[in-house]
Amino acid sequence: MNAVPLPFVRTVEVTIDGRTVRVPEGTTIINACKTIGIDTPTLCYLENLTPVNVCRVCVVEVEGSRVLVPACSRPVDPGMVIHTDSDRVRHSRKLVFELLGSSVDLSTAEPRFKADMEKYGAAPERLAPSGHSDHGAPATVQQPVKIDNDLYVRDYSKCVLCYKCVEACGTDAQHTFAIAVAGRGFGATISTEFDTDLPDSACVYCGNCIGVCPTGALMFKTEHDMRAAGTWDESRQTATDTICPYCGVGCTLSLHVQDNTIVKVTSPNDHDVTEGHLCIKGRFGWQFVQNR
Amino acid sequence: MFGAGGGTSAYQEIEDTDLIILWGSNARETHPIFFHHLLKGKKNGARMYAIDPRRTSSVAWADVWLGLEVGSDVALANTIGREIIAAGLCNTAFIERATTGFDAYKAAVESYTLERGEQLTSVKADVLREMAHAYARADRAQICWTLGITEHHNAVDNVFAIINLSLLTGHVGRWGSGLVPLRGQNNVQGGGDMGAIPNKFVGGQDVEDPALRATFEREYGTSVPDTRGWHLSQMFEAMEHGELKTVFVLGENPMQSEADAKRTRRLLEGLEHLVVQDIFLTKTADVAHVVLPAAASWCESEGTVTSSERRVQRVRKALHPPGQAKDDLEILTLLAKKLGKDWGAPTAAEVWQEVQRLSPWHGGMSYERLEAENGLQWPCPTLDHPGSPTLHTRLWSDPVEGARAGFQVVHHSPPVDTLTDEFPLRLTTGRRLDSFNTGVQTGGYTSPLRHGERIEVSPEDAVRLGVVAGEVVRVVSRRGAIVAPIKIDPGLRAGLTFMTMHFPDEVETNILTIDAVDPKSGTAEFKAAAIRIEKLGVPETVGAGGAR
Repeated sequence: MNAVPLPFVRTVEVTIDGRTVRVPEGTTIINACKTIGIDTPTLCYLENLTPVNVCRVCVVEVEGSRVLVPACSRPVDPGMVIHTDSDRVRHSRKLVFELLGSSVDLSTAEPRFKADMEKYGAAPERLAPSGHSDHGAPATVQQPVKIDNDLYVRDYSKCVLCYKCVEACGTDAQHTFAIAVAGRGFGATISTEFDTDLPDSACVYCGNCIGVCPTGALMFKTEHDMRAAGTWDESRQTATDTICPYCGVGCTLSLHVQDNTIVKVTSPNDHDVTEGHLCIKGRFGWQFVQNR
Repeated sequence: MFGAGGGTSAYQEIEDTDLIILWGSNARETHPIFFHHLLKGKKNGARMYAIDPRRTSSVAWADVWLGLEVGSDVALANTIGREIIAAGLCNTAFIERATTGFDAYKAAVESYTLERGEQLTSVKADVLREMAHAYARADRAQICWTLGITEHHNAVDNVFAIINLSLLTGHVGRWGSGLVPLRGQNNVQGGGDMGAIPNKFVGGQDVEDPALRATFEREYGTSVPDTRGWHLSQMFEAMEHGELKTVFVLGENPMQSEADAKRTRRLLEGLEHLVVQDIFLTKTADVAHVVLPAAASWCESEGTVTSSERRVQRVRKALHPPGQAKDDLEILTLLAKKLGKDWGAPTAAEVWQEVQRLSPWHGGMSYERLEAENGLQWPCPTLDHPGSPTLHTRLWSDPVEGARAGFQVVHHSPPVDTLTDEFPLRLTTGRRLDSFNTGVQTGGYTSPLRHGERIEVSPEDAVRLGVVAGEVVRVVSRRGAIVAPIKIDPGLRAGLTFMTMHFPDEVETNILTIDAVDPKSGTAEFKAAAIRIEKLGVPETVGAGGAR
């Protein structure tokens, strides 16, 4: 092989839920957990992005640490003793889910998100007893869907401020910097510069923000329209991996097809050509095959 | 290169390199996901030089921009080469062990002093010198290029000039050091690898080699012509002379994609028999005698394509083709049957087995492995071979395995379409992020970035010509004239203009371009036409090109 010789890496030994694990130095707690099959709930974390530590869903208890620590970003130390399923951890995760679920419309969140909420017994309604249903955000955060172009929509009633879109648009992939977090505290939102419509912003419509959004706040317009029309049905969809028909880079496209029609396009996060990211042509340029 | 028609490096190598030269490539817009890898390289500390007449969105990421004159690439490369030699920065051990022809090269570039280089390229001598030293001194360096190098009348010379630099410095065949031609279409690499070029069988095997020809004759049970075929430009020549009367076009739209569109139309319309196999009724299909409706190769049928890093990857059927459209493979086998050859009804996987059997590059790439390993990079001769992210590592074994790599003497040759008082402006062409070639595919979706075709001019020329943004003007070359609205682009220098061929139905840019063809590659000089811009007498409302 012609790969660069790997530098010598020390390994460290840690204890996770009573089991001893040996992992390379610098491994994060979440990846150490993965090596022994412990699944950690996450929200703002994604393999292809830099951890930003904002959601606190992945917290674990580390002996000797005053506060719970985020598993997504904290590297293991030698001899670290980690508890991923203590009462304190379960309670914290549950509360975080409840806070999010009570303030945001999670009706289109990733299935995994809902499963995790159930797993931790989160009951958001106890924090937002009125004005909240499965299909609507509380009045305090409810706002109209932003539809300002034909490719994708932004529904910030569904935004949990996980920062993933900002990272994908910024230094973790696209380097376009069309969006950032604007405002503070309860007024914080994801925004284009001066909150302009997308066509007046720096956006180049790569859709890499949609690719990383966990709640459906950012959504293909095709999906948004089909949901509105009541025709969106994931049980009737297939996902087929193929190669983009445009330039010679050879990006893998996962074509999500319903009724012989492409309804959205993603790319696998673990593919070393794309790492989940595409450009406008790969993400949105497929309509020509169905102008039948 | 060096007998293998493919880039030498995996995309990931650019993340680990120390110096990046992006030459004649606006990869930020034309190869955006490769540019993600490049940006990682920058983040990891690589220094970046961009060589382009235009200050593009790719150039914006460079540490240094070399804004050369269109078509002065050989002069620039030779100047860099001469400076590396003069400064004593050659990789002498590599040159002596792994290359041939150095002395002739050294003598040939002797006249390309920094001063002459500046004269020919308009790039300041100290910038040329700085890049030469940086490239030669870097531990690892990559040169990446696209059509800015290859769409010239001396395309192959341009490529040789770049290869020479890599040989001079040993920046090839090592992880992070290499030559990266970025292919413009998803299977340009694969088409050539599969033998869809005039001089090669599958796997880069020369048709003029009698032993290889014998192998293929045995396999196919038929005789194979002992001379290479025509490339595209030679085909048009042959149409001109009446030697070529029947043409079968698969998945191309030459009516709109070829330079000098008027001539192309005359020749295609003059054919006795034109068959077009396409997923659309293109402008070329419009004038065909027979149109064979095909399935889209990337989503309505099974098979493989090969990317710019020589990676063979699977394409899969996700949709059923509409109406009577058939898989390309099925159309060809049915056609063969009509012509008296029964090839049966092979699947794409069965055809691939033939590739594995006949191509030394692909022997180890079974469909199972292509599925399991996210594709494989050739050469991959055997089932236990891991594939080859980096090509030509053999140049670093001592002694070199196989043939040495040869320096090629090449000289500056300015664009064919000369600038005169009558045609004082240089028109260069390219692509924009959201569109592709003649727009047959990208025309299918609504892009918020799309503003129709415009002729982009520098602010200086706009003032000189007295034109404003959006004003519709007449653009005239020696071959024809079109009308298009003006866009003012501060990334262009005075004297330079830019257009794309994305909207040929509204603005037929290729009326203007010249079919001055590289004799070796058959590529036309799309990058350099001479034009003038005329104000239209009567003010026109903006309509042509649908510009805002």
